[in-house]
Amino acid sequence: MTCIIIDDEAAARAIVTQLCTTVPQLDVIDEFSSAIDAIKFLNRQSVDLIFLDIHMPGFSGFDFVQTLKNPPKIVLTTSDSNFAIEAYEYEPIVDYLVKPITQERFSKSIQKVKNLVQQQPSLSDSEAKGTGVGDELYINIDRRLIKLKFDDILLIEAKGDYIDVKTNKEDYRVHNTLKKIKEKLPEELFLQIHRSFIINFTKIIDIEDNSVLIEKNVIPISRSNRPELMRRLNLL
Amino acid sequence: MEQPNLDYIKQLSGSDIAFENKFITILKEEFPQEKNEYTKLLIANNTEDTALIVHKLKHKLNILGLHNAYRLAVTYEEELRQGDTKLKDEFANVLESIELYLNTI
Repeated sequence: MTCIIIDDEAAARAIVTQLCTTVPQLDVIDEFSSAIDAIKFLNRQSVDLIFLDIHMPGFSGFDFVQTLKNPPKIVLTTSDSNFAIEAYEYEPIVDYLVKPITQERFSKSIQKVKNLVQQQPSLSDSEAKGTGVGDELYINIDRRLIKLKFDDILLIEAKGDYIDVKTNKEDYRVHNTLKKIKEKLPEELFLQIHRSFIINFTKIIDIEDNSVLIEKNVIPISRSNRPELMRRLNLL
Repeated sequence: MEQPNLDYIKQLSGSDIAFENKFITILKEEFPQEKNEYTKLLIANNTEDTALIVHKLKHKLNILGLHNAYRLAVTYEEELRQGDTKLKDEFANVLESIELYLNTI
Protein backbone atom coordinates (compact mmCIF):
# COMPACT_ATOMS: atom_id res chain seq x y z
CA MET A 1 0.00 0.00 0.00
CA THR A 2 1.27 3.44 -0.84
CA CYS A 3 0.65 6.28 1.58
CA ILE A 4 1.40 9.93 2.24
CA ILE A 5 1.53 11.86 5.51
CA ILE A 6 0.05 15.33 5.90
CA ASP A 7 0.81 17.26 9.08
CA ASP A 8 2.12 20.76 9.64
CA GLU A 9 4.21 19.50 12.56
CA ALA A 10 7.53 17.90 11.53
CA ALA A 11 7.73 15.89 14.76
CA ALA A 12 4.31 14.36 14.07
CA ARG A 13 5.30 13.44 10.51
CA ALA A 14 8.49 11.79 11.80
CA ILE A 15 6.49 9.70 14.26
CA VAL A 16 4.03 8.44 11.64
CA THR A 17 6.89 7.71 9.24
CA GLN A 18 8.62 5.69 11.95
CA LEU A 19 5.43 3.77 12.69
CA CYS A 20 5.05 3.02 8.97
CA THR A 21 8.48 1.38 8.90
CA THR A 22 7.07 -1.37 11.09
CA VAL A 23 4.62 -2.37 8.34
CA PRO A 24 6.50 -3.95 5.41
CA GLN A 25 3.56 -3.56 3.01
CA LEU A 26 3.33 0.17 3.67
CA ASP A 27 5.32 2.48 1.43
CA VAL A 28 5.51 6.15 2.49
CA ILE A 29 6.00 7.90 -0.84
CA ASP A 30 5.93 11.46 0.46
CA GLU A 31 5.05 13.75 3.35
CA PHE A 32 3.61 17.26 3.34
CA SER A 33 3.44 20.11 5.84
CA SER A 34 0.50 21.67 4.02
CA ALA A 35 -2.72 20.22 2.64
CA ILE A 36 -2.46 22.39 -0.46
CA ASP A 37 0.88 20.82 -1.44
CA ALA A 38 -0.63 17.39 -0.88
CA ILE A 39 -3.55 18.20 -3.20
CA LYS A 40 -1.10 19.23 -5.92
CA PHE A 41 0.71 15.93 -5.46
CA LEU A 42 -2.51 13.91 -5.54
CA ASN A 43 -3.47 15.53 -8.82
CA ARG A 44 -0.41 13.82 -10.30
CA GLN A 45 -0.33 10.56 -8.40
CA SER A 46 -2.79 8.41 -6.52
CA VAL A 47 -2.14 6.62 -3.25
CA ASP A 48 -3.94 3.97 -1.21
CA LEU A 49 -3.86 5.74 2.14
CA ILE A 50 -3.41 9.19 3.66
CA PHE A 51 -2.46 9.96 7.25
CA LEU A 52 -4.04 13.35 7.78
CA ASP A 53 -3.81 15.86 10.60
CA ILE A 54 -7.03 17.76 11.25
CA HIS A 55 -5.56 20.96 12.68
CA MET A 56 -3.57 22.76 10.05
CA PRO A 57 -3.35 26.49 9.48
CA GLY A 58 -5.49 27.87 6.68
CA PHE A 59 -6.79 24.59 5.33
CA SER A 60 -8.01 21.99 7.82
CA GLY A 61 -8.03 18.24 7.40
CA PHE A 62 -11.80 18.28 6.89
CA ASP A 63 -11.45 20.95 4.17
CA PHE A 64 -8.89 18.70 2.54
CA VAL A 65 -11.15 15.63 2.58
CA GLN A 66 -13.97 17.57 0.94
CA THR A 67 -11.63 18.80 -1.79
CA LEU A 68 -10.60 15.37 -3.02
CA LYS A 69 -12.55 14.03 -5.99
CA ASN A 70 -11.57 10.38 -5.62
CA PRO A 71 -10.23 10.14 -2.08
CA PRO A 72 -8.29 7.09 -0.95
CA LYS A 73 -8.66 5.68 2.56
CA ILE A 74 -7.86 8.33 5.15
CA VAL A 75 -6.67 7.89 8.73
CA LEU A 76 -6.97 11.05 10.78
CA THR A 77 -4.27 11.96 13.26
CA THR A 78 -5.09 14.53 15.90
CA SER A 79 -4.41 15.70 19.42
CA ASP A 80 -8.15 15.98 20.07
CA SER A 81 -10.66 13.23 20.47
CA ASN A 82 -13.47 15.78 20.10
CA PHE A 83 -13.72 15.40 16.34
CA ALA A 84 -14.28 11.65 16.25
CA ILE A 85 -18.01 11.84 15.57
CA GLU A 86 -17.60 14.46 12.84
CA ALA A 87 -14.77 12.45 11.29
CA TYR A 88 -16.90 9.41 10.60
CA GLU A 89 -19.37 11.53 8.65
CA TYR A 90 -16.79 11.52 5.84
CA GLU A 91 -16.79 8.24 3.96
CA PRO A 92 -13.06 8.08 3.14
CA ILE A 93 -12.12 8.46 6.82
CA VAL A 94 -11.68 4.96 8.14
CA ASP A 95 -9.92 5.58 11.43
CA TYR A 96 -9.00 8.23 13.94
CA LEU A 97 -5.67 8.16 15.78
CA VAL A 98 -5.19 10.36 18.83
CA LYS A 99 -1.65 11.67 19.30
CA PRO A 100 0.71 10.56 20.64
CA ILE A 101 0.06 7.46 18.55
CA THR A 102 1.09 4.14 20.08
CA GLN A 103 2.48 1.23 18.10
CA GLU A 104 -0.41 -0.99 19.16
CA ARG A 105 -3.08 1.47 18.08
CA PHE A 106 -1.29 2.14 14.81
CA SER A 107 -1.10 -1.59 14.01
CA LYS A 108 -4.83 -1.96 14.60
CA SER A 109 -5.52 0.94 12.31
CA ILE A 110 -3.38 -0.51 9.51
CA GLN A 111 -5.12 -3.86 9.84
CA LYS A 112 -8.44 -2.09 9.48
CA VAL A 113 -7.25 -0.29 6.34
CA LYS A 114 -5.84 -3.51 4.86
CA ASN A 115 -9.17 -5.27 5.35
CA LEU A 116 -11.01 -2.43 3.64
CA VAL A 117 -8.53 -2.21 0.76
CA GLN A 118 -8.83 -5.95 0.17
CA GLN A 119 -12.61 -5.72 0.08
CA GLN A 120 -12.62 -2.85 -2.38
CA PRO A 121 -9.95 -2.39 -5.08
CA SER A 122 -8.38 1.02 -4.71
CA LEU A 123 -8.33 3.73 -7.33
CA SER A 124 -4.58 3.49 -7.58
CA ASP A 125 -4.87 -0.19 -8.49
CA SER A 126 -7.40 0.45 -11.20
CA GLU A 127 -5.33 3.32 -12.56
CA ALA A 128 -2.24 1.17 -12.85
CA LYS A 129 -3.77 -0.26 -16.05
CA GLY A 130 -2.05 -3.59 -15.67
CA THR A 131 -4.42 -6.45 -16.24
CA GLY A 132 -2.48 -8.82 -14.02
CA VAL A 133 -3.49 -11.72 -16.28
CA GLY A 134 -1.97 -13.14 -19.44
CA ASP A 135 1.58 -12.42 -20.47
CA GLU A 136 1.47 -8.68 -20.90
CA LEU A 137 1.22 -5.39 -19.07
CA TYR A 138 -0.22 -2.08 -20.27
CA ILE A 139 1.59 1.12 -19.45
CA ASN A 140 0.16 4.59 -19.77
CA ILE A 141 2.33 6.90 -21.91
CA ASP A 142 0.87 10.28 -22.88
CA ARG A 143 -2.69 8.94 -22.58
CA ARG A 144 -1.82 5.97 -24.79
CA LEU A 145 -1.92 2.46 -23.35
CA ILE A 146 1.06 0.57 -24.68
CA LYS A 147 1.19 -3.20 -24.42
CA LEU A 148 4.43 -4.71 -23.19
CA LYS A 149 4.99 -8.45 -23.25
CA PHE A 150 6.59 -9.60 -20.01
CA ASP A 151 9.16 -11.51 -21.99
CA ASP A 152 10.27 -8.31 -23.76
CA ILE A 153 10.95 -6.43 -20.51
CA LEU A 154 14.60 -6.48 -19.50
CA LEU A 155 14.53 -4.39 -16.36
CA ILE A 156 12.74 -1.57 -14.57
CA GLU A 157 14.57 1.23 -12.82
CA ALA A 158 13.11 3.70 -10.30
CA LYS A 159 13.85 7.34 -11.16
CA GLY A 160 12.28 9.61 -8.56
CA ASP A 161 8.56 9.82 -9.25
CA TYR A 162 9.04 7.79 -12.44
CA ILE A 163 10.12 4.35 -13.53
CA ASP A 164 12.12 3.52 -16.63
CA VAL A 165 10.96 0.32 -18.29
CA LYS A 166 13.68 -1.06 -20.56
CA THR A 167 12.59 -3.62 -23.13
CA ASN A 168 14.51 -5.36 -25.90
CA LYS A 169 12.89 -2.93 -28.36
CA GLU A 170 12.44 0.41 -26.65
CA ASP A 171 12.65 2.22 -23.33
CA TYR A 172 9.66 3.87 -21.67
CA ARG A 173 9.39 6.38 -18.84
CA VAL A 174 6.22 5.97 -16.78
CA HIS A 175 4.90 8.09 -13.93
CA ASN A 176 4.53 5.32 -11.40
CA THR A 177 6.36 3.55 -8.60
CA LEU A 178 8.55 0.48 -8.61
CA LYS A 179 6.39 -1.02 -5.92
CA LYS A 180 3.25 -0.70 -8.01
CA ILE A 181 4.67 -2.24 -11.16
CA LYS A 182 6.18 -5.04 -9.09
CA GLU A 183 2.68 -6.04 -8.03
CA LYS A 184 1.75 -6.41 -11.71
CA LEU A 185 4.73 -8.54 -12.72
CA PRO A 186 4.84 -12.34 -12.50
CA GLU A 187 7.14 -13.44 -9.68
CA GLU A 188 8.44 -16.35 -11.71
CA LEU A 189 10.09 -13.93 -14.18
CA PHE A 190 10.87 -10.79 -12.21
CA LEU A 191 12.87 -10.10 -9.12
CA GLN A 192 13.80 -6.95 -7.26
CA ILE A 193 17.55 -7.04 -6.74
CA HIS A 194 18.05 -3.49 -5.53
CA ARG A 195 15.96 -0.68 -4.03
CA SER A 196 15.84 0.91 -7.50
CA PHE A 197 15.86 -2.11 -9.82
CA ILE A 198 13.60 -4.97 -10.81
CA ILE A 199 15.04 -7.35 -13.38
CA ASN A 200 13.68 -10.05 -15.66
CA PHE A 201 16.06 -12.67 -14.39
CA THR A 202 15.63 -14.88 -17.45
CA LYS A 203 17.57 -12.11 -19.27
CA ILE A 204 20.67 -12.29 -17.07
CA ILE A 205 23.87 -12.78 -19.05
CA ASP A 206 26.16 -13.09 -16.06
CA ILE A 207 26.54 -12.21 -12.42
CA GLU A 208 29.76 -10.83 -11.09
CA ASP A 209 30.41 -9.86 -7.48
CA ASN A 210 27.59 -7.46 -6.65
CA SER A 211 26.18 -6.79 -10.09
CA VAL A 212 24.14 -8.42 -12.82
CA LEU A 213 24.63 -7.96 -16.56
CA ILE A 214 21.50 -7.76 -18.75
CA GLU A 215 22.30 -6.85 -22.34
CA LYS A 216 24.61 -3.85 -21.81
CA ASN A 217 23.14 -2.86 -18.46
CA VAL A 218 25.09 -3.46 -15.28
CA ILE A 219 22.66 -3.54 -12.38
CA PRO A 220 23.74 -3.50 -8.73
CA ILE A 221 22.57 -6.21 -6.36
CA SER A 222 21.85 -5.05 -2.84
CA ARG A 223 23.08 -7.19 0.00
CA SER A 224 19.56 -7.86 1.27
CA ASN A 225 18.28 -9.02 -2.15
CA ARG A 226 21.28 -11.19 -3.04
CA PRO A 227 20.16 -14.35 -1.13
CA GLU A 228 16.80 -14.43 -2.98
CA LEU A 229 18.52 -14.02 -6.35
CA MET A 230 20.96 -16.82 -5.58
CA ARG A 231 18.14 -19.04 -4.37
CA ARG A 232 16.26 -18.63 -7.63
CA LEU A 233 19.21 -19.30 -9.92
CA ASN A 234 19.63 -22.79 -11.26
CA LEU A 235 23.17 -23.12 -9.90
CA LEU A 236 25.32 -26.02 -10.97
CA MET B 1 7.10 19.31 38.93
CA GLU B 2 7.18 16.63 36.25
CA GLN B 3 10.25 16.51 34.03
CA PRO B 4 10.40 16.01 30.25
CA ASN B 5 11.68 12.63 29.10
CA LEU B 6 12.19 10.62 25.91
CA ASP B 7 10.40 7.44 27.07
CA TYR B 8 7.79 7.58 24.30
CA ILE B 9 10.39 8.16 21.59
CA LYS B 10 12.59 5.34 22.89
CA GLN B 11 9.61 3.01 22.95
CA LEU B 12 8.65 4.03 19.42
CA SER B 13 12.18 3.74 18.06
CA GLY B 14 12.67 0.12 19.12
CA SER B 15 16.37 0.91 19.68
CA ASP B 16 16.64 2.66 16.32
CA ILE B 17 19.26 5.21 17.39
CA ALA B 18 19.23 6.93 13.99
CA PHE B 19 15.52 7.66 14.40
CA GLU B 20 16.00 8.88 17.99
CA ASN B 21 18.73 11.28 16.90
CA LYS B 22 16.71 12.48 13.92
CA PHE B 23 13.70 13.05 16.14
CA ILE B 24 15.69 14.99 18.74
CA THR B 25 17.06 17.19 15.94
CA ILE B 26 13.51 17.87 14.73
CA LEU B 27 12.39 18.75 18.28
CA LYS B 28 15.34 21.08 18.76
CA GLU B 29 14.54 22.85 15.51
CA GLU B 30 10.77 22.92 15.70
CA PHE B 31 10.14 23.67 19.38
CA PRO B 32 11.95 27.05 19.52
CA GLN B 33 10.13 28.15 16.35
CA GLU B 34 6.76 27.27 17.87
CA LYS B 35 7.68 28.89 21.19
CA ASN B 36 8.68 32.11 19.40
CA GLU B 37 5.49 32.10 17.38
CA TYR B 38 3.49 31.52 20.57
CA THR B 39 5.21 34.43 22.32
CA LYS B 40 4.67 36.81 19.39
CA LEU B 41 0.98 35.95 19.12
CA LEU B 42 0.47 36.29 22.87
CA ILE B 43 2.17 39.70 22.93
CA ALA B 44 -0.02 40.75 20.00
CA ASN B 45 -3.02 39.64 22.09
CA ASN B 46 -4.13 37.40 19.22
CA THR B 47 -5.70 34.80 21.48
CA GLU B 48 -7.40 32.90 18.66
CA ASP B 49 -4.13 32.13 16.85
CA THR B 50 -2.35 31.64 20.18
CA ALA B 51 -4.85 28.84 20.87
CA LEU B 52 -3.85 27.22 17.57
CA ILE B 53 -0.16 27.21 18.45
CA VAL B 54 -0.91 25.91 21.94
CA HIS B 55 -2.82 23.12 20.26
CA LYS B 56 0.28 22.26 18.24
CA LEU B 57 2.54 22.44 21.30
CA LYS B 58 0.19 20.07 23.17
CA HIS B 59 1.43 17.16 21.10
CA LYS B 60 5.03 17.84 22.08
CA LEU B 61 4.05 17.89 25.76
CA ASN B 62 2.64 14.39 25.37
CA ILE B 63 5.65 13.22 23.37
CA LEU B 64 7.91 14.42 26.18
CA GLY B 65 5.83 12.68 28.84
CA LEU B 66 4.47 15.91 30.34
CA HIS B 67 0.99 14.66 31.04
CA ASN B 68 0.06 17.25 33.68
CA ALA B 69 1.33 20.01 31.42
CA TYR B 70 -0.76 18.52 28.61
CA ARG B 71 -3.90 18.82 30.73
CA LEU B 72 -2.95 22.40 31.53
CA ALA B 73 -2.53 23.09 27.80
CA VAL B 74 -5.96 21.61 27.02
CA THR B 75 -7.57 24.03 29.48
CA TYR B 76 -5.39 26.93 28.36
CA GLU B 77 -6.23 26.36 24.69
CA GLU B 78 -9.92 26.37 25.51
CA GLU B 79 -9.60 29.54 27.60
CA LEU B 80 -7.58 31.29 24.89
CA ARG B 81 -10.43 30.67 22.48
CA GLN B 82 -12.58 32.67 24.92
CA GLY B 83 -9.92 35.41 25.05
CA ASP B 84 -8.72 34.41 28.53
CA THR B 85 -4.93 34.35 29.12
CA LYS B 86 -4.78 33.77 32.86
CA LEU B 87 -2.82 30.50 32.50
CA LYS B 88 -0.06 32.14 30.48
CA ASP B 89 2.51 32.23 33.32
CA GLU B 90 1.97 28.60 34.21
CA PHE B 91 2.26 27.63 30.55
CA ALA B 92 5.41 29.75 30.19
CA ASN B 93 7.01 27.66 32.97
CA VAL B 94 6.23 24.50 31.01
CA LEU B 95 7.81 25.89 27.84
CA GLU B 96 10.82 26.99 29.85
CA SER B 97 11.33 23.50 31.29
CA ILE B 98 11.18 22.00 27.79
CA GLU B 99 13.67 24.51 26.47
CA LEU B 100 16.09 23.72 29.29
CA TYR B 101 15.65 19.99 28.72
CA LEU B 102 16.26 20.23 24.97
CA ASN B 103 19.53 22.01 25.71
CA THR B 104 20.69 18.99 27.73
CA ILE B 105 20.04 16.28 25.13
